[in-house]
Formats: sequence, structure tokens, C-alpha cells
Amino acid sequence: MPNLTLGPTVRKNLHLHEKKLKSLEERAFAIREDIIDMLVEAGSGHSAGPLGMADIFTALYFHVMVHDPKRPEWADRDRFILSNGHICPVQYATLASAGYFPKRELMTLRKLGSQLQGHPERGRLPGVENTAGPLGDGSSQAVGLAYAALMDRRPWRVYCVMSDGELECGITWEAMLFAGRNRLYNCTFIIDRNNIQIDGNTEEIMPLEPLAAKFESFNLNVIRCAGNSINDFISAVERAHGMSEKPSVIIADTIPGYGVDFMEYDFRWHGIPPKPGEESMRAIESIRTLGGRIQSEHE
Amino acid sequence: MAKKLPSSGINRAAYLVRGLFDEKTIDRKPTRDGYGLGLVDAGRASKNVVVLSADLTESTRALWFKEKYPERFVQLGVSEQSLAAIAAGMAMAGKIPFISSYAAFSPGRNWEQIRTTVALQNTNVKIAGAHAGVSVGPDGATHQMTEDIAIMRVIPNMRVIVPCDALEAKKATIAAAKLVGPTYLRFAREASPVFTTAKTPFKIGRAEIFRFGVDVTIVAAGPLLYEALIAAEALSRRGVETCVINMHTVKPLDVKALVQAAKQTGAIVTLEEAQVAGGLGGAVCEALAAYAPVPVERVGIQDRFGESGEPTLLLDGFGLTAPSIVESVGRALKRKRGEKVSDRPEYVAAAEGHLDELKGKIIAESLIRTPRKWGGKKPDASLKSRKRK
Repeated sequence: MPNLTLGPTVRKNLHLHEKKLKSLEERAFAIREDIIDMLVEAGSGHSAGPLGMADIFTALYFHVMVHDPKRPEWADRDRFILSNGHICPVQYATLASAGYFPKRELMTLRKLGSQLQGHPERGRLPGVENTAGPLGDGSSQAVGLAYAALMDRRPWRVYCVMSDGELECGITWEAMLFAGRNRLYNCTFIIDRNNIQIDGNTEEIMPLEPLAAKFESFNLNVIRCAGNSINDFISAVERAHGMSEKPSVIIADTIPGYGVDFMEYDFRWHGIPPKPGEESMRAIESIRTLGGRIQSEHE
Repeated sequence: MAKKLPSSGINRAAYLVRGLFDEKTIDRKPTRDGYGLGLVDAGRASKNVVVLSADLTESTRALWFKEKYPERFVQLGVSEQSLAAIAAGMAMAGKIPFISSYAAFSPGRNWEQIRTTVALQNTNVKIAGAHAGVSVGPDGATHQMTEDIAIMRVIPNMRVIVPCDALEAKKATIAAAKLVGPTYLRFAREASPVFTTAKTPFKIGRAEIFRFGVDVTIVAAGPLLYEALIAAEALSRRGVETCVINMHTVKPLDVKALVQAAKQTGAIVTLEEAQVAGGLGGAVCEALAAYAPVPVERVGIQDRFGESGEPTLLLDGFGLTAPSIVESVGRALKRKRGEKVSDRPEYVAAAEGHLDELKGKIIAESLIRTPRKWGGKKPDASLKSRKRK
């Protein structure tokens, strides 16, 4: 069992200033636009998940995590494990925005010879820590990393983004048993609770609720937050950091397709891209006007 | 000038044990013991070696490592899928994880996790599959993993090693820890002759000639290699000189050594305690088809599952012992000479007949002891009858 006497260390103050929050929100919307452009160019891929997770990815890469885009192999970087690999467009767009690789490479998504594989692959692209696609495997890799960090008394933390649909995989709960048993306080799971999966809504396909109670019974510290509020998500991470006895799981209630009005809440947008031309134009317009909720200043 | 190698007989440079065929003196140990000892050595050599167990610590011999290095032993419970993926995560942080379970469960149950998180990511994880093959015995087909070589061999980046005895298993474990990259190690439950010595050469990826011969070559992996040597002796007495190759590394296969043997002897027999389809037999045929097509007979499990029984009887009944090997060599030689052979290999048919015969005998013997309460003739083993004794 790893030695817990090291205890967590405060590596980064997560206090959020008004100005920083605004810049994060703007960046999240810029990343959404990049996602639409990437998907239209690729002609295939997932729309709803990446759009819904843009706020959380922005918060993680531009506020929460200790990392350095110029040194992707830096030994003491925080580790980001993406378990539901199909939402990789949001990861790619965020990594590019953070400076891990030139933005123009976003045009090569899913194409022959690209670093941006249809599902992310370890070693292919700077900043991508793990290969993901087959659902459920990420949480186990995250706990393996977290366990090794405690064994070696390293201060870095592990953040693992997972979908709600993949909680239906048995291996997820193997990982949770292990995380709870070993009190891996340096590991934070973030569940993209958008209530959709390919075949429909999660509660129709295979109900997950009461979800918080499930994680609690596995000895995890459960925090629920609004996944499309950067402010709320960051305070959830602060609460996770405040727990030094247990691993934490942040159940982030996100809106699938957030920012594009005609995609929001609709499971049919889980696995398809917007069509080029008018549809993609409407998507971009919707992002720029917050789904028509504000008048466009950019047109 | 290169020294001329002898054309027949045991290869002295292989340094096999003295009294190779002396049943009384030869030591018998399961290959999983070698794994346990090798882990301790590997753990001493590198602080990064960690061992993960899925509730099978004693029987996979991971226990010996746990006793020595408890802080580097990780218990997961019956969670084979996360066993592979957690190990991959630890490898990403610089550890050298060995994951220990039965082959039927790892890689049997967690093949996808091994494919994605270990092989595709190319993480430095070592997979130890114990209790492989039918020699697991009474536990039956569920626990007798015979498809592991095939399913591991097919994954890119993966090495597959099948040690022939406990000593070689130890060497293989130590070597696997030193070599970076995904590796599958296959071990058996039952004790088998320890016929190699500390001086016997071992290098991952390099086949070793244990016996020279000019007429036919037996290519074997695992403890059955000893049966191949016995068969070769018997054949030698009939004037057939058999080359015996220890192909402990099924992947990457030592194609050079294989092709050389094929060209020199003109006929090959493969031997393994696994499905011949996709196993060593499959690997050998693939290589020979490309570089040196010669007649090949594949001795092993012939597209069927195992079943309960005593390990020695099972090996015998599945046609994996010396008499069947001798028969298979006979067929290979016939084909080499261009003679006609039956559609179905005689050694396969004979083994099946023999298995039926054994079953009949064993069951009849057991039924003789049926007590009266179950409709038999034996007095009931009741408390009363026991007291009388």
C-alpha cells in the first residue's frame, strides 16, 4: 500500500478572479468554434460531447492543472487521462489552444498520416497521455498512475475525464474499488454527466442514478457541479483538492452540444458532425451568439 | 574455419542436466515456481519492478515477491480487466509491472485492456499467465487455457515467451524485466522435469538447438520439450536422427533458425500444450510457408477444449507425450519422402482412441466403489460402517 504520510501539497492556488473567469469563458467558446471547424473538415466524429465539455477542458488546461506545453514530458506535470476518447476533438482543440502543437494541425483530424487520430493515441501527439477509445479503460490507468505517484512520493495529481455512458462498463467499478481501498486522494475523476449515449438517453438505456450514492458506497468523495459553469467546476476541483483521505469524483452535469442551440440535449448529435455549409454556419453563429441568447457583435 | 557441428545427439553446448533421462534423479518443479523466483531476482535488480495480483498470489508464486518486497506488491482482488489497465497506468509513471493471474483470466478475460492499454500504448507491462494448458488437470476446461498463445501472438508490440522448465522460467522472467516493452510469459501449474541448467543459454528471441539430427526437426515450446527429447531418443534407436529446437520465444519467432532447420532436415514437427491453430504450430507454418515450405505436423490441442482429469493422463490422452510425437515424426518423414498419407493424421486419431479408452477405464474403476445407497455394491460409508473398522 502506498505511503500516505506524504499528504497532499498545495501546488497551485485556484482562486478565480473575475477577469480570469471572463477570459476562460471566452476561450471556451473559441475552442467550441474550433471543434465545429475540425469536425466539418474531418467529415466524421462526435459533436455533442466535445461541445459540452469545452468549459471543463478550458478550466483544467488554463487554470487547474500544473503543466507546461513546452515540456510535455516534464516528470512532475499533472497527468490528464481522457477515458472517453471519442470526445477528443475538445482535447485536441484545447491542447492546440494551450500551445502543445500548431493550430493548423487541427485541419488534419482523422486523416491519413495525422497526429490527430480519430481516437487519441499515446505517443502520437504532444500532450496526449493515453490511448483511449474502448470505453472504461481510462479510470484504471488513472488509478495506476495515482498509485505510482504515491509510491514514489511525487506531488503531481491525476485528473481523469470519463463519460457517464462508460460507467456501464464493469472495469470502471473495478477501478473505483481500487481507488477507494487505496485512498488515492491525488486522483480526481470528472464525469461528463450529459445523460446521453449513442443509443439514447442514459436513464432509458441503463439507468445510472442514484449516481452519487454509487460512488459514495465505493468510498469516494462525491462532488456535484454544473459542468458548463467554469466557476462552479473550479470550486468543485478546490473541494476535491481539500479532501486528503479519499479520491474524489466530480459529477459535472453538462449539457450535450452546449453552445449550439440545435444540438443541445439531443442524443442524435452524439456521434455525428455538422454538415458543411449552412448547418455548420448556423452552429458557429449559435456559438457566437450563445444560441441566440445574445445579439451577435461579430457579424 | 567454423567447427563442424555433430550431426546427431544432444547438443553439449546446451548444457542440459546430467542424467537427462534418469527419472529418479531429475528434479521436477512447475514453471510457475521459476516465475516466483525470477520475480524476486528482478525485484532486487530494479526498484521499479512491481507485482500486481488478482487474488491468486500464492498459486502464481507472486507471494514470494510479496514476502520480500511488500511495499511493491499490489493486491487488486478479482479484477482482471483493471489488472491490465492499472498496470499500464503504473508503467506510464515509470514502473515495470508484472501482472499475475491464471492465463484463462489474464489474458483470457482482459484481452481488450491488454490490446489497448498495454500493446497499443506500448507500455512496459509484463503479463504472466499461470496455469496454462491442459495439465492444469482436475479443474477442467474453464481453467485450462489453450488459446493464450494465439490471442497474444496476434497483437502487435507483444512478445510471447513459453519457458520449458522452472529454471528457464526464472531466466525468462528476469530477462523480461530488463527488456522494455509488453511481454507475455506463459507458465504451467504442474511440476515438470528441470532439464536445463544455469549454463544453458537463454536469450529472448533466439531459438536453442537441444539436440542435433538430420532427418526431421521437432520445434517445441514449454515443458513438453522434454517429451520431444524422449521421443528423439526413441527415434534414434530406430535410426531416425531428430533435431530438437527449444522455441521458447514464440514471438518474435527465430525464423532464421527455423528456416535453417527446415532446409537441413526437410520436415518439421511442432509441439505445444496449446491450440495448434494460431499457436506455435501456426507461427511455424506461417514462417515456413513464406521462406521454406516443408511438410509440417502440428502436435498440440486440435481445436477442442480440455476437460477434467489427472494431468499425466490428460497429456497422454490428448496425444502430447513421446509415443504420439514418435508417430507424428513418422508421418512427417513419410510426407518428406513423398509417400501417401491418410487425410486425418494417425497420431491424432490414435490419441482420441486412447483418450476414450482411458476414460472408460477411469470411470469404470470409480464406479466399482459406488456405495449401496447410490445403487452400488459397496457397503455404505456411513458412520456405522466406519465404526466397524
